[in-house]
Amino acid sequence: MTTSTLVVKDLTLRGFRFRENLGRWDVKYSPYLFISPFFILFGLVGLFPLLYTGWVSLHAWDLLGGQGKWTGFDNFAFVLQQRQFWIALRNTLSIFLLSAVPQLIAATAIAAALDSNLRNKTFWRMSVLLPFVVMPVAVTLIFGSMFGERYGLVNRTLGDIGLGPIRWHTDPLSSHIAIATMVNFRWTGYNALILLAGMQAISRDLYEAATIDGAGWVSRFFRVTLPQLRPTIIFVIITATIGGLQIFDEPRLYDQNGLGGEDQQWMTMTIYLYKLGWPQLNFGRAAAVAWLLFLVIVAIGLINLAITRRIATNEGRTA
Amino acid sequence: MKRLRSAGRILGAAVIAALTLAGCGSTSTPVADNTPITLTLATFNKFGYSDQMLAAYHAAHPNVTVVQNIAATSQAAQDNMFTKLAAGSGLGDVEAVEVDWMPKLKQYSNLFVDLSTPASKGRWLDWKAQAATVNGRLIGAGTDIGPEAICYRSAPFIKAGLAGDPAGVAQLLTGDWNNYYSVGQRFTAAHTGVAWFDSAGATFQGLANQYSNFFEKSDGTVIATTNPDVKNAFVSVLNASSGSSAHLQEWSTDWNAGLANGAWATMLCPSWMLGVISGNGPKIKDWKIANVFPNGGGNWGGSYLTVPTQGKHAAAAKELALWLTAPEQQIAAFVTTGNYPSQVGAYTNPALTGAMNPYFNNAPIGQIFADRAKAVTVTPYKGIKYAAIMQAVQDGLTRVESKKQSIDASWAQVVSDINAL
Repeated sequence: MTTSTLVVKDLTLRGFRFRENLGRWDVKYSPYLFISPFFILFGLVGLFPLLYTGWVSLHAWDLLGGQGKWTGFDNFAFVLQQRQFWIALRNTLSIFLLSAVPQLIAATAIAAALDSNLRNKTFWRMSVLLPFVVMPVAVTLIFGSMFGERYGLVNRTLGDIGLGPIRWHTDPLSSHIAIATMVNFRWTGYNALILLAGMQAISRDLYEAATIDGAGWVSRFFRVTLPQLRPTIIFVIITATIGGLQIFDEPRLYDQNGLGGEDQQWMTMTIYLYKLGWPQLNFGRAAAVAWLLFLVIVAIGLINLAITRRIATNEGRTA
Repeated sequence: MKRLRSAGRILGAAVIAALTLAGCGSTSTPVADNTPITLTLATFNKFGYSDQMLAAYHAAHPNVTVVQNIAATSQAAQDNMFTKLAAGSGLGDVEAVEVDWMPKLKQYSNLFVDLSTPASKGRWLDWKAQAATVNGRLIGAGTDIGPEAICYRSAPFIKAGLAGDPAGVAQLLTGDWNNYYSVGQRFTAAHTGVAWFDSAGATFQGLANQYSNFFEKSDGTVIATTNPDVKNAFVSVLNASSGSSAHLQEWSTDWNAGLANGAWATMLCPSWMLGVISGNGPKIKDWKIANVFPNGGGNWGGSYLTVPTQGKHAAAAKELALWLTAPEQQIAAFVTTGNYPSQVGAYTNPALTGAMNPYFNNAPIGQIFADRAKAVTVTPYKGIKYAAIMQAVQDGLTRVESKKQSIDASWAQVVSDINAL
């Protein structure tokens, strides 16, 4: 009898301590648990692939055959010595600049127009987003045939008004402009809507005060709207940078081979990566290009950030 | 607090459950004979496997339902295949492959089921089966081949003062490639407003398929940069193209538009090209086929059906693949799409030998392509780098045709591109 009571007492005591511990863990660890889904997902689909790609890039690695022998940085050395790699870098930066800069200027202008007092606001806002809904493949096929050198719509129109044909698929710069046009067609409206949302959040009092102070439309835009829009602009620029440097669909579908042209006129970094990894089955080299592209994006992202910061703070001072 | 705690526990359990589920692999279980199963058949472009044909298979095998997935281009099918082979899952039970991917797939022949059976032995042309055989294992069941003839437009021929009837043109073009080029010069000298051929690249394809070791030795050593035949072919086709070519690269948007406008008078014509020509140029009425090919015979393209071992119903899939590649089914496919069978038993069948093509002014295509298939004497060796080398050479030809580079500069770049593979 006595022993059993002792046991019962001991059990309740243990149970009590366990519950006390639970309470303590709860306070300490539950917050981490609540934020864990993001980190678990990021680890699975972000960090792990990144590190694994790094691991692949240090080996001879066949797409089908899998892991081969350890080669250290040979893949990086090989890729950096290739003429095609530097051409790919040139093309990527050129297409990025040709698309991102006009796109953001146009998007800001459209957003400003949509921000003013319009009739049927929703209609105009939705129409701006329309090109974004169209499949990139469809956009590329239509633009690709418009930019045909001999029978394309653009060159025929140019011929009708007495101008010579532009070699859209032969000259690097022309092909970059054609591809940038497709990118701009799709993404300008999307960025315009994000910028518009940022503009709507600006307090109307500022505009009223500026108007009373005698500021015209132009100076209101440059002195009030742009400085207040800074965080949105930084976001838009960073996403446009990442997207622009990873551009794949448009150059891939720009011609029948999808490998960036006979002289690599519009072969971007991602196309070069694809060319090494799939048609040539060399996953190790493709992974090395992936890592180099990652480093390029980080570098350009940092430059972007520095420039946008400086511009924004300067404007803040003068305002 | 208590509510929070239990919520936390549920969340934790959910996360663990999700992770466990994600970690589970799929396991395949053997299927008993009459269990209803669905087989996926993955093809691309036009294989000619009609719904009626698949329904007939279902009628003969009531427990098997066949679903066909058709990829828009062979490029898309190839990307899909290599990605999923690497991943180890996701492929169809029966996968169609093009002859040019075969060298890469043969390296990993253990990923495919051996399709040889006593009954199907000797079904295909020797070289067709040989190109898919590794150590006695047949990893691909041949579907079609691409014996080449010359397609030409009779109106510009007559305008240029040349023969216009198929027999006359065949006589005119009998000879080697230089003969084909020099007739081209005579043709262009007449200024008909139409080019002699579409591009240097397409012509080079026909030429490359006539050598047994063009880019690579049979042990896989790359000889493309040192083989004098390659450079000679490169230079001579470009010399011919400077005056006689439409300079439109095969499969490009402009090339398709060029076909629609009748921009060139002759082209190399593997049997599957007939559908491409008639599909793109419905308004051109004067296409005919000459029973001839420069330098003898040549084969361009053709496909196989494979059964990847990653599928769950390998035995049923093998049966389907062998049924689809039996002579009867391939003759039916030939009638619908023009894909010429690779099955020896099909060649004596009247449905094949008597076939005519109304678009090509009732050309007796059954007879023509039977002759063209017989003229194929060489089996080109294609190693794992063949496709990449061919791409580098084709790029080089295009650079000269688009006037970006001289022949010498372009060849130098071809050599450096091939060395970087």
